[in-house]
Amino acid sequence: MDDTPGSGQDFPVIARFEVRRRSYLAPDGAPLRALPSFASDLDLLLALYRGMVLTRTFDLKAVALQRTGRLGTYAVSLGQEAVSIGVASAMREADVLLPSYRDNAALLWRGVKMEEILLYWGGDERGNCSSGPPHDFPFCVPVGSQAPHAAGVAYAFRLRKEPRVAVCLFGDGATSKGDVWEAMNFAGVWKLPLVFVANNNQWAISVPLKLQTASATLAQKAIAAGFAGEQVDGNDVLAVRAAAEEAIAAARAGGGPRLIEAVTYRLGDHTTADDAARYRPPEEVQARWKEEPITRLRSYLVSRKAWGKSQEEQLAAECQERVEAAVERYLATGPRAPQTMFDHLYAELPAVYA
Amino acid sequence: MPELTLVEAVNLALARAMADDADVVVLGEDVGVNGGVFRATAGLQRRFGPERVVDTPLAELLISGLCVGMAAQGLKPVGEIQFMGFLYPCIDQLVNHASRLRHRTQGRLTCPMVLRTPYGAGIRAPEHHSESTEVMLAHIPGLRVVVPSSPERAYGLLLAAIRDPDPVVFLEPTRIYRAVKGEVEDDGEALPLDVAFVLREGRDVTLIAWGAMLKETLAAADALADEGIAAEVIDLATLKPYDEETILASVAKTGRCVVVHEAARTAGFGAEIAALIAERGLLSLLAPVARVTGYDTIVPLPRLEQHYLPSVDRVMAAARKVVGFG
Ligand SMILES: Cc1ncc(C[n+]2csc(CCOP(=O)(O)OP(=O)(O)O)c2C)c(N)n1
Ligand SMILES: [Mg+2]
Repeated sequence: MDDTPGSGQDFPVIARFEVRRRSYLAPDGAPLRALPSFASDLDLLLALYRGMVLTRTFDLKAVALQRTGRLGTYAVSLGQEAVSIGVASAMREADVLLPSYRDNAALLWRGVKMEEILLYWGGDERGNCSSGPPHDFPFCVPVGSQAPHAAGVAYAFRLRKEPRVAVCLFGDGATSKGDVWEAMNFAGVWKLPLVFVANNNQWAISVPLKLQTASATLAQKAIAAGFAGEQVDGNDVLAVRAAAEEAIAAARAGGGPRLIEAVTYRLGDHTTADDAARYRPPEEVQARWKEEPITRLRSYLVSRKAWGKSQEEQLAAECQERVEAAVERYLATGPRAPQTMFDHLYAELPAVYA
Repeated sequence: MPELTLVEAVNLALARAMADDADVVVLGEDVGVNGGVFRATAGLQRRFGPERVVDTPLAELLISGLCVGMAAQGLKPVGEIQFMGFLYPCIDQLVNHASRLRHRTQGRLTCPMVLRTPYGAGIRAPEHHSESTEVMLAHIPGLRVVVPSSPERAYGLLLAAIRDPDPVVFLEPTRIYRAVKGEVEDDGEALPLDVAFVLREGRDVTLIAWGAMLKETLAAADALADEGIAAEVIDLATLKPYDEETILASVAKTGRCVVVHEAARTAGFGAEIAALIAERGLLSLLAPVARVTGYDTIVPLPRLEQHYLPSVDRVMAAARKVVGFG
């Protein structure tokens, strides 16, 4: 039944919209349809796989560090690695990443060192003065507040006619904030080179998506801002990467912004300060483990005879080793003198501080 | 030299900054064709184009957030908020981002932005158009808060704010946008930030004010002179970080101090100045520091606003009291 106001009368329909959902690999790794062209590049697929495995190894180690009192509160990306990796892998160095606090994978992909991420969550600003692209933004803790920055960054690219793109990641909870809407609205008006990525992991701490919005998809929120939104299977790194690649290319070519809603699931607690068992049944989480992105890509790679047990063992050992070495460097980082809390407060410390 | 109003001086400084530096971008509601609701940006869009003088959607948080993003990319954005009463959605961006971007990235990213807004009561405006909540902003480390009180200082301080490598909130006293005129030379010379201006020298009492309240304060100093009281008048000009030394030097000389502001009394900036003097100038005091302020109430609608604003008489009464103390 059509419940559109005015339906059943002869008023003309003046607007119609649609939102598509992109996916390539089924949870068991079987291709659902023709794969995107980059999938023929086996090295790239292996790099995506390695990136996800490294992220997970790192995340789990970070939690262990927190549990043993050697790291502050930490937000894991368990089960969501494909979103950050898929997006970051489609970016160029000159593009600007504006992450949320859960996008460890994207930062690692872009060259931020593991010890730098640990340093930040270990309570030291020096972690944000990172080895990644110097123009990238650091983690953003106030939810959604990085979206207007992304619009400002993209506006600068447009003004200077630079072929660069801003890429902004945020969660499903963030889409309820005015910040995100205001940024999308402005990006639409000015056709900014800006790709918004909503990481829809179904939860904002304890609040489920259905209490966040009555919207059928998050992707459709772009439509009101005058540009296209697409939903992708966020546990399928090929889908995320393909959507990001297309959106970034379109933005770079002057086609304006896009919103990608990557549907995934937060397999971990919200942060190390949270106990998700208090608000969601373990069965729900168990069921979602069947859809997680790493096993999915591995199954596909195995089916292509591009991956096997020995490679897997070698990769696991290699990731473990890299993470341990980074942890050592993190733990060996010396303390800062108390007065350095005034460093970089202003370009030059005002006379009154003397 | 041409005589300009304060708002014309703001306009002149914006034009100068935009002509000198292609990175300067002006953005806000109605700043383009309309030239801003107070005409502070009049003619800029015609001269510099709609991409450098940007009519934004009606979204204050956005304006301040855009400034942060643009500034991180090396532009020098100058955002306009139509009235201070509508600045509050920007507080999130100012506190959580603009003021700390340099610090939290240890200098990797910086935020050379200016957020301008008309502020203060006394123009018979509708509700929410008479705010003077500058102390909320002056509490934020990493920010600069600057308030001009004459056309000359509006020009020089705004140029300084735009050229400053850190974020500045520039509060323009609406009540004297057109009520004061002064000679302004368009020489591109900035005035120093973080420095108070001694507008009048005197040995009997120090009167400290900023923005529109300088009008009443200077008038009070004139009238006090007729009574044989020589008042020194300080325009604080930058509230964050503020010039402690000029205040302390003046109080060391006069031994008496009256702080004048139109914002509400409790936890107003006058309290900060009184505390400073108590901490570092106590022994030079010959009388308690006095505050002449707005009252601890909502700024009333126009029928009562003149009763809310500190008057010349109230400033004079406070000055006489501290001079006659003991
Ligand atoms: C503006 C703001 N409000 C509240 C919080 C506390 N908080 C931190 S994360 C979070 C949930 C965010 O959910 P979502 O946007 O879906 O991202 P996710 O954590 O799922 O990645 C909340 C409420 C915050 N950091 N910022
Ligand atoms: Mg979420």
